[in-house]
Amino acid sequence: MPTLRQVKKRIRSVISTRQITKAMEMVAAAKLRKAQMKVLEVRPYSEKLDHILVSLSAAATGELIHPFFEKRDVKKQTLVLITSDRGLCGSFNSNLIGRAEAWLEGKEPAKTELVLIGKKGFDYYKKREWEIVRLFEDWKGNLDYNKAQDVVNLLTGRFLTGETDEITLIYTQFISTTRYRMVGAPYLPVERPVVDERKTQHLEYIFEPSPEAIFADLMPRYALTKMVTALAESFASEHGTRMIAMGAATKNAGEMIDSLTLQYNKARQAAITKELLDIVGGAEALQA
Amino acid sequence: MFDLTIVTPEKIFYEGEVASLIVPGSEGYLGVLTDHAPLITGIIPGKVTIKDKSHQELELGVSYGFFEVSSNHATLLADSVEFISDIDLERARAALKRAKERLADLAGNIDMPRAQRALARARNRIRLIESKEE
Repeated sequence: MPTLRQVKKRIRSVISTRQITKAMEMVAAAKLRKAQMKVLEVRPYSEKLDHILVSLSAAATGELIHPFFEKRDVKKQTLVLITSDRGLCGSFNSNLIGRAEAWLEGKEPAKTELVLIGKKGFDYYKKREWEIVRLFEDWKGNLDYNKAQDVVNLLTGRFLTGETDEITLIYTQFISTTRYRMVGAPYLPVERPVVDERKTQHLEYIFEPSPEAIFADLMPRYALTKMVTALAESFASEHGTRMIAMGAATKNAGEMIDSLTLQYNKARQAAITKELLDIVGGAEALQA
Repeated sequence: MFDLTIVTPEKIFYEGEVASLIVPGSEGYLGVLTDHAPLITGIIPGKVTIKDKSHQELELGVSYGFFEVSSNHATLLADSVEFISDIDLERARAALKRAKERLADLAGNIDMPRAQRALARARNRIRLIESKEE
């Protein structure tokens, strides 16, 4: 049975822990709101870009119109894994790493390389057999376009020079505060959009200057937009998960305080009873 | 009348019915009226003129992007769009100076296109606002 003082100390420490988790929950909620807005802002642009890509592909059929579409024999593969920089967000990172592990299963280390976004993924992979090309860290849970551009430049550069032949992206898609979905999607080469014949048949587009020239402009932006979307969705999922995890921690701390307080009161009662017994016992001994 | 949507990576900038539209295509300015033939073109920094359904004229500054029109739906995808009256001249001048310095530094570097684009954007902003003030 812990002493009164020990219990009191525990209670105080749990109260301060609850304060911290409560604060973190609130910070995560604020960040989530911002990140969620970002996701909604990026979506229309990305959808319109997809739409133009489909129209273009319908017009320019057959030959290879942009190097980003080039499918090669895979001699080297790259996995891009988006995790968070910081912990305390429940099973978010371990789920993602689990997904990455499943993808890496049976791949040859000599033919596979990693590009990591977020420190948590790096912490896990730095001592493993896979080659890490680069780590992009310190995002602070915010979307930074210049940084996203750096990531895209690295990836497209490696793809175009043949250092890698296929790039896969693992990230989380934001559904709601409590839900996200892990996605493993091919990043490069870009899949040629499927053209719906019935819809596009009667649309004879005019291209100025030419489909090739427009593709040359469009594809780098397409690559950037896809990356930005993935990052925005991942950050929103991260904040959502953290908010839930911290909310649960706050609740648990509250329950713990309740049970500790009960324990404290019981111990206090016991002490009082014991003291009373001593006094009564002493008085009776005198009378006798 | 036809539908026009202007989107940037940050937001939907404009959505509505318009009577006419002039955009800076990569091959030169082009006007769009109702029932325009399907067209896709690149957009370079310049001025977008919209005549909305009450025939009020709106003038926007635009940087790089794409423009698509088909069956009376026009979409302008741009890196950035702003009302000319919202352009910050001081900032544009500073950006121009920075871009020029970078170009001088970089000569031949892979970042050249990026700096050149920055230069074109800044020039466009300054030109737009100065033509407005005259």
